[in-house]
Amino acid sequence: MSIVNQKIGGEIQTIASSLLESGEVAAFLGYTKGSLPGMMRPYVARDSGEAGNLSWSSFCVINLANYLPALLRSVEPPRRPNEPPPEGQLPKVGVVATGCWSRNMVVQVQENQIDRSRVVIVGVSSRGMVDRRKVERLVGNREITAIEEEDNVLIVRGKGFEETINRWDAVRDNCKTCLHPDPVIYDELAGGLSGDRQIPDRFHEVEEIEALSVDERWKWFQEEISSCLRCYACRNVCPLCYCPTCFVDDSRPQWVGKSTDEVDTALFHILRAYHCAGRCTDCGSCESACPMGIRMRLFTKKLQKDVIELYGFEPGLEADAPLPLSTYKVDDPEDFIITAGKKGDQK
Amino acid sequence: MAEEVTMNPYLPYPAVIDAVTVESEDGNLKTFRLVLESRQDREKWNHTPGQFAMLSIAGKGEIPIGIASSPTEKGGLLFTVNRAGVVTTALHKMNVGDPIGVRGPLGNGFPVDTDLRAKNIVIIAGGFAFTTLRATLIYMLEHRQEYGRITVIYGARTPGMLLYKEELRAWQERDDLDVHITVDREAPGWDGLVGFVPTIAGQVCPSPDNSAALICGPPIMIKFTMPPLVKAGWTDSQVYLSLENRMKCGIGICGHCNVGPVYVCKDGPVFTREEVQKLPVEF
Amino acid sequence: MKPLVVEKAQAGSWLRKLCQEFDVFGPVETKKGFYNWKRLDGTIVPHIPQGVAKVSIKTFFFPQPEVMFEFDARPTDPEAFRPIEPHCDFNPRVLFGVRPCDARSVALNAMPYREDPYFQRKRKETTIVAFLCEEGCLTCFCTLTGGSPVGIEGADMAVTELETGFFLEPVTEKGLRLLDYEFFRKPTAQEKSIAQERKKGAQKSVEDTASKLRSKDLMDLYNAHFWAAVAESCINCGACTFLCPTCYCFDIQDEALRGKGRRIRYWDSCMFPLFTQHASGHNPRGEKLKRVRNRFMHKLKYFPDRFGPISCVGCGRCVRDCPVNIDIRQVMEGLMEV
Repeated sequence: MSIVNQKIGGEIQTIASSLLESGEVAAFLGYTKGSLPGMMRPYVARDSGEAGNLSWSSFCVINLANYLPALLRSVEPPRRPNEPPPEGQLPKVGVVATGCWSRNMVVQVQENQIDRSRVVIVGVSSRGMVDRRKVERLVGNREITAIEEEDNVLIVRGKGFEETINRWDAVRDNCKTCLHPDPVIYDELAGGLSGDRQIPDRFHEVEEIEALSVDERWKWFQEEISSCLRCYACRNVCPLCYCPTCFVDDSRPQWVGKSTDEVDTALFHILRAYHCAGRCTDCGSCESACPMGIRMRLFTKKLQKDVIELYGFEPGLEADAPLPLSTYKVDDPEDFIITAGKKGDQK
Repeated sequence: MAEEVTMNPYLPYPAVIDAVTVESEDGNLKTFRLVLESRQDREKWNHTPGQFAMLSIAGKGEIPIGIASSPTEKGGLLFTVNRAGVVTTALHKMNVGDPIGVRGPLGNGFPVDTDLRAKNIVIIAGGFAFTTLRATLIYMLEHRQEYGRITVIYGARTPGMLLYKEELRAWQERDDLDVHITVDREAPGWDGLVGFVPTIAGQVCPSPDNSAALICGPPIMIKFTMPPLVKAGWTDSQVYLSLENRMKCGIGICGHCNVGPVYVCKDGPVFTREEVQKLPVEF
Repeated sequence: MKPLVVEKAQAGSWLRKLCQEFDVFGPVETKKGFYNWKRLDGTIVPHIPQGVAKVSIKTFFFPQPEVMFEFDARPTDPEAFRPIEPHCDFNPRVLFGVRPCDARSVALNAMPYREDPYFQRKRKETTIVAFLCEEGCLTCFCTLTGGSPVGIEGADMAVTELETGFFLEPVTEKGLRLLDYEFFRKPTAQEKSIAQERKKGAQKSVEDTASKLRSKDLMDLYNAHFWAAVAESCINCGACTFLCPTCYCFDIQDEALRGKGRRIRYWDSCMFPLFTQHASGHNPRGEKLKRVRNRFMHKLKYFPDRFGPISCVGCGRCVRDCPVNIDIRQVMEGLMEV
């Protein structure tokens, strides 16, 4: 049993229960245990009894910020689509937030998707979430029937085997390169804080691809997305993707074909990544949600690196820092604009 | 074992636009008369009032449109089309002589030759949903002796938005037909009825004895038309509605138009209100 | 039809022969550690993994996209709109190493697709070689859906793996055709009894979920109290529907370029809001809850009411790969209790 997660889970339950009991919040968004080993289910508790179903583990891989706008609307008094909200304080919701999730909430506040005063954030310092597919690979892709979590190891069981693996070996790539495991904004804390981390080569995955030739990079990209089903799990799980009608779904005009044609699929992934530039916190939800194991996180990671290099900016760290791609400055860099005579192998 | 399928139900019949009539003052409603190109297709074609067809515009796509003409009318199929989406917008730009595809007839239609026979008929329509009811009315007038009293209650927002204006006038002249045309608000030059369809339906309030009502219109109109009818003693099994949902295949496979267990395209679009009441409200 | 046995040493030669005559596909491990359907060239006998391949065999019956017909796309040309059906664009195919759940999905999909020429043509040209399951996976539940780990519904040939060979039972004429070679021998009495025993062992009590759900009132199920809770965590992606072997909904669209056009159909999902949206903007299933409910109600109530069986074969793909762990088994349980 993981003592750390047990403690965090217990504190989340206690805080959620008292917030719901006192009526401070109308709903509390966290996680509950899933039906399979290595799976957690996002969960909304609506009374203190349901708060007892809340749980915490290393498999909370989906960014809860994604659910916040809809959850906030769901606790408001019902009204017609274009009717303005009623006067006065609207009901609040509680939510668990790790470092990256809280940073997405900062971005949501900046982009007017959520009202900070209506959200009670219970911060959790992330120890890095575990990728269940890595766990599967670490036990030779044998079928897993149970995963028992301890603080630093995972005990993995299947038919006729039991293996103990190092937890960190199975932690997701984005978590391994994360500098900010602590929540940036919070109202309460479950568990302690752990401070920023130093990672000298946090863009090594991107740099390896940047080092390839243009043709090799294109080949890598095409291979990576070749199995895409266009199920849009990556988009739908992303707290940045909230357009009422996504460009891939639009029919007037129709920007992208809807089948799995390779040009259309490539266009979807490239444009989706660009829409996330300067806003993505590398929470890794997209990759965790992808049923086909596509590492689309590397596309947004490359843009994260570019935004740092061009604008010296990382999203969600400061509540009042303007988002670089939605504000204009006279001295904005524009070297990346490819003009005639300047084509070529641009980074 | 796989069965041999000889006919491809997805292939449209080639057809040509034979006439275009602008129906409404805003220009958003036009009636297209289409003629199937091959004689064989024309001879094979046989529809029931209330059925629809998929109209194809090459490169734009297909849309389901109710057939506005009666099978008793010769010289082409009529479709009154509201300009709303990609295909209807393209269709509105087309002219006489332009090629088009027609797939159908699809759906069930009104039971004009069975359950509606020998009944008093009340036709209640609002807006441009009058189209398949026009087909029904024309059919019934062709077989006038097969039906009892026929009452028509039809309303539009303004006089200029009424469909088939000349026919309306002709119908009003007939003494074997009780026609009530209404518009939502007073308008210059309009000396007919003023008021919403449900209000007029309440005033006219036809008797439910040996009667059937066919209602087509926006959901809100249908909702408010029911109470006066119920008050006058109408039951749900006497009321026929035509549902609309997004349709793609038109033959009950693709999954878009289902309302609970039924496919509007295949099991409908015509249902009795009694049948609709048993379904989830997903239309 | 009489069963035959191919020795494992001979299986490669048989497969090579099949690859010469048919397009043969089998589950092949990709670099991501998943099994996916790949064209076999006869050089390797694929290892048939326990459980199902990542993507179901519906990819062979519902190509992404499928060209329905082609036409001249100059909309004002009086000679333009003459639909031309494409030629059958594939050779007869063999799907080698299909699990009984996937094979059954083809039989179930054939019910709504009875009059669909594209599907029926593909079914006619495809021979399904099903490998019967010895053991289930954590996410398998075929016996809850009316199927069986050793079921042969939808299959053209059933294969039971023996120690030194494969016990081959043709189910249809198409399956029998694959045995038209010299690599086989008659099974021994012992082999026959082993295959029989294996089947008995695997044939667990099959639950008649379909008739139980058919007997329940539709609106009672529709109004069940748990739908909001099921929908709460759903992100409305199409992972479940696209991985599902019995989710068969499609959309149709025209594509036109330089005067040439084609009408295609491609996978669509009732999870997507635009699936039901009218041109007016009105949406009969505008809320997530309604869409989630529709997917399950279609599989577990609407389909059985119309066709008999439930539209689920228990392959467990949606259970395994739903990003937020929505588990259809729990939904089935909930509906059974209504």
